[in-house]
Amino acid sequence: MKLELTQVSRWYGNVVAVNDVTMTIGPGVTGLLGPNGAGKSTLLHIMAGFLAPSNGTVTLEGRKVWKNHHIYRDIGLVPEREGLYGFLTGWQLVLTAARLHGLPDPGAATRRALATVDMEHAKDRRVETYSKGMKQRVKVAAALVHDPAVLLLDEPFNGMDPRQRLHLMDLIRRMGASGRTILFSSHILEEVERVAQHIEVLVAGRHAASGDFREIRRLMTDRPHLFRIRSSDDRRLAAALVVDGSTGGVTLGEDGLEVQATDFRRFTWLVARVARAEGIRLLQVSPADEDLESVFSYLITRSS
Amino acid sequence: MNATVAGITYRAVLGRRRILLLVLLPLALLGLALLLRLVGSADERTAVLLMQKFVIGTMLPLLGLIAGTGVIAPEIDDGTVIHLLSKPISRPVIAVTKFAVAASLLVLFAAVPTYLAAWILIRTESGVAPGFALGALVAGIAYSAVFLFLGVVTKHAVAIGVVYALVWEGLVGSLVPGARKFSIQQWAQTIADQLATSPFVETDVTLGFAVPALVIVTVGAVLLTGRRLRAFSLTGED
Repeated sequence: MKLELTQVSRWYGNVVAVNDVTMTIGPGVTGLLGPNGAGKSTLLHIMAGFLAPSNGTVTLEGRKVWKNHHIYRDIGLVPEREGLYGFLTGWQLVLTAARLHGLPDPGAATRRALATVDMEHAKDRRVETYSKGMKQRVKVAAALVHDPAVLLLDEPFNGMDPRQRLHLMDLIRRMGASGRTILFSSHILEEVERVAQHIEVLVAGRHAASGDFREIRRLMTDRPHLFRIRSSDDRRLAAALVVDGSTGGVTLGEDGLEVQATDFRRFTWLVARVARAEGIRLLQVSPADEDLESVFSYLITRSS
Repeated sequence: MNATVAGITYRAVLGRRRILLLVLLPLALLGLALLLRLVGSADERTAVLLMQKFVIGTMLPLLGLIAGTGVIAPEIDDGTVIHLLSKPISRPVIAVTKFAVAASLLVLFAAVPTYLAAWILIRTESGVAPGFALGALVAGIAYSAVFLFLGVVTKHAVAIGVVYALVWEGLVGSLVPGARKFSIQQWAQTIADQLATSPFVETDVTLGFAVPALVIVTVGAVLLTGRRLRAFSLTGED
């Protein structure tokens, strides 16, 4: 099933949370990547029918999503907030979901969903005694109980330990491979890369990039990088570096060099080479803009 | 009505600590009635006063507030309501179910104890017991609907509800003559007066006004709750 967003915007007063986003989410796993505050949750809530877009439309196979409870036959939602009835056991929680969906055999559906997330062993414990990862899995089970074609997960890996994370990643991959349309949001590139075939990047509410993960990775590493370098002879090192094509520009300052590298791989290889050849000691080489925010802001200036 | 929604709502409400208040208020009422009976002042005037001041004036609005907001507001607060709303069930059905749960709690914890308390005092004399039990029943149902609606429109439902119950119903409703027409407590008294023949029960509102008013307020609040739930939005955590 296809979830289609057409020129979707959402604003709160003067603040624009989502700005003119058009995208189509099809079968397979799609990662919604963006820094915190980019509007990922807002967009996901709009897709799930839990927020009205201020402008634009969201449809699931042509049916509008907002104020339409019928879509939940086809959509499973795993919200980020805990939101679990702690007094129920895992079994009861998922069974409740099955009954609310009006499934013909709620017991069998519950058994199947709990098996999918590998939670049968803890099904008779109260949900409030679960670890964060177990809660996340039982939430996924409740969202999967009616075998939906579309599954939406908001920051599903947040707060999970590495083992639980791997398990959930594997589960999401398998569900995507079986033809479901799965969308999950994350602010961590590595997470998205490991699970999603397709990535949509959201920065400051805008749709900054879209594509295969290799493409996104290339966009992110091919951008100009800024390095701060301190050495035993900054001036001579600057002269030697600027000769090479991988260096875009060099600024000689009070406390060292600032070098703009246009070819990341070549440049990192070059610095050590040049320094050794010139007999210069490198005291410090540090990327000045390696944080995700600057990667994202690069993407956004590129796309505009 | 949806049985699964009702079931989980009962469990959620009765599992919370607030349930103690639901039990304590009617227990206090029965305790008072017993005490009055023991000290020998169990006359008709006392019974009517207890019904008017404690049952209609205090217990009903508080129980209505606890039950009416309790069936939905905490679930909205902690996000569990998504579990219900992300299902192919129409939102008005969820609203009606939540209302029915709250109203049933009011029957159990308000109307029944009211009858018992009046019966302890003066048995069925002058129809005070059935009259106020009926009054408590309809007012309890109306309060359930009003506070349910309050619970879906504001996060401060309890605070606003207390102010409404104390200031409007308690003060304005009993002091300002015109405002009395628009007070659930006054309507409850009018209903009670239909069965009670006691001269101590006085009413300002006619039955012709009270009945439609109760119906409109109750049905209206439930319908508005359904509408509000249809547009339920998740915001703020981004």
